[in-house]
Amino acid sequence: MPIVIWQLVFFVFPLIFLVVISFWLVKNYRMVPGLDTVNWTKMYSKGYFWDTYWRTLAYAMIATITTTILAFPCSFALAFKVSATLRRWALFFLIVPFFTSYLVRIYSWQIFLNDNGIFNRMFDYIGLGPFHLLNNFFGTLVGYLTLCLPLAVVLQLISLANVDRNLIEAAHNLGCGRLKTVFLVIVPLAKIGIILGAAFTFILSFGDFVSPYYLGGSKPPTLSILIIDTTKSGQQWPRAAVVAVTMIITLLTIMFASVSAAYRKKP
Amino acid sequence: MTRLSPQNLLLRGYVVLVFVFVFTPIITSFVFSVNSDRFPTIPLGHFTTHWYETIFSDPDIWEAFQVSALVSVSVAILATFIGFCTAYTDYRYNFTGKALYLSLALLPPTIPLVIMGLAMLALLARINMSGQIHSIVVSHVVLCAPFAMAVVRMRLAQINPDLEPAAWNLGASPWRAMREVIIPFCRPAIASAFCLTAAVSFDEFAVAWFVSGLNKTVPVVILEILQGNTDPQINAIGSIVFAISMSLVVIAQLIFFRKTSAPTTTGI
Repeated sequence: MPIVIWQLVFFVFPLIFLVVISFWLVKNYRMVPGLDTVNWTKMYSKGYFWDTYWRTLAYAMIATITTTILAFPCSFALAFKVSATLRRWALFFLIVPFFTSYLVRIYSWQIFLNDNGIFNRMFDYIGLGPFHLLNNFFGTLVGYLTLCLPLAVVLQLISLANVDRNLIEAAHNLGCGRLKTVFLVIVPLAKIGIILGAAFTFILSFGDFVSPYYLGGSKPPTLSILIIDTTKSGQQWPRAAVVAVTMIITLLTIMFASVSAAYRKKP
Repeated sequence: MTRLSPQNLLLRGYVVLVFVFVFTPIITSFVFSVNSDRFPTIPLGHFTTHWYETIFSDPDIWEAFQVSALVSVSVAILATFIGFCTAYTDYRYNFTGKALYLSLALLPPTIPLVIMGLAMLALLARINMSGQIHSIVVSHVVLCAPFAMAVVRMRLAQINPDLEPAAWNLGASPWRAMREVIIPFCRPAIASAFCLTAAVSFDEFAVAWFVSGLNKTVPVVILEILQGNTDPQINAIGSIVFAISMSLVVIAQLIFFRKTSAPTTTGI
């Protein structure tokens, strides 16, 4: 059982330690062990913290909805409208991005989106723009999509590929229209993949700091940027821990809700 | 079978669009790694290897590549070993608390990297282990072991479950059955897991950034260039990293798919 020991020591223990230091104090730039709720009350009484919290939550929600909707037609087409060989290749190419540097991809988007970037040059040729595409939520969303879209398509595709074709044919034979079949038969059957894809999109975009920082311009911040700023500049690790613990609780709640939704049996 | 009705045509067009979106940044980074402009945009400048020369003559980047190589190989060995043990335990035994055990084994990828980074930094700093190469290794093993476990577990699902007890009946000790039945059967999965975890570790930047101190890995260097004076060096480094990660992944795939179809009678 080496994994139990390893994971306990280096996974669970650090997270518990995070909860512990959220009650510690910082004196003269050094952490002093203690049991003081001052970090919690300080953070939670700041309007700034809650603004950031709700903003991050809203960003992640929008990213989740956008990704799920944008991914579905693609995974649907790959599952039902192409040959098995093509599907395998598509799957392979969807996995490729996970092994390219996310940072480098974000830098590439900067090249496209900045005020003098490729898109604005193109708009310029046809007499439009310039548009501000960088350092706002649009930029952040492009980053989130870069991170999450391939994963969402893969997870949806796996679920869709396992949908029993006979059920679809039965629906057609019983006079169910095309679109109606998609939403009343196929979507419920592929529920697990769709929800898992959405859940992972939420987790990734909720915790990502690269997109909101380098494409969203870091202001206003998200929670992960808040953690980095608090840790790296202020030495205020206990307060960063408060933010982190709040994030984990939020994520666990969302994950629990989505997993139970995904695997719930029909009444 | 595929009639190209307007809807189907539209769907296919959409799929192409999604792939264009996914691959645009990757291809762009290659293109601009050999393009002369300091601030890349269109129209393109002329072809140059300047950015590659810059990074190859930069000792910091060489050092980062060495650190990254050392980290990812150590991580791959440890994570694959741990992943194998977890997968085997899950395959062979049933015990109370197994659900907890599995969620413990598979949960790490769901915790945001920034938080893992902070937690690791806080703990390792407390026990005076932060800022060293092994602090990156330890953190990365936590993140990578689940991937190794998943790959090996998929392979174990294909084994005939009677094979190992058969070896025991024929007088093989549990250890010998493991060595001569299970491990040969899993060898392709183990090799894939090794390459996969090496690639994941080679690309990870957030946790490494928190705990690495002065021993920067390549992605941490990229992050720092991105924060400061951004220039197309990033594309050159990124292209090299991509080439390395992709070779690892392709090797992993080749091994996994070549051996999976082989008969299952090894070692008896």
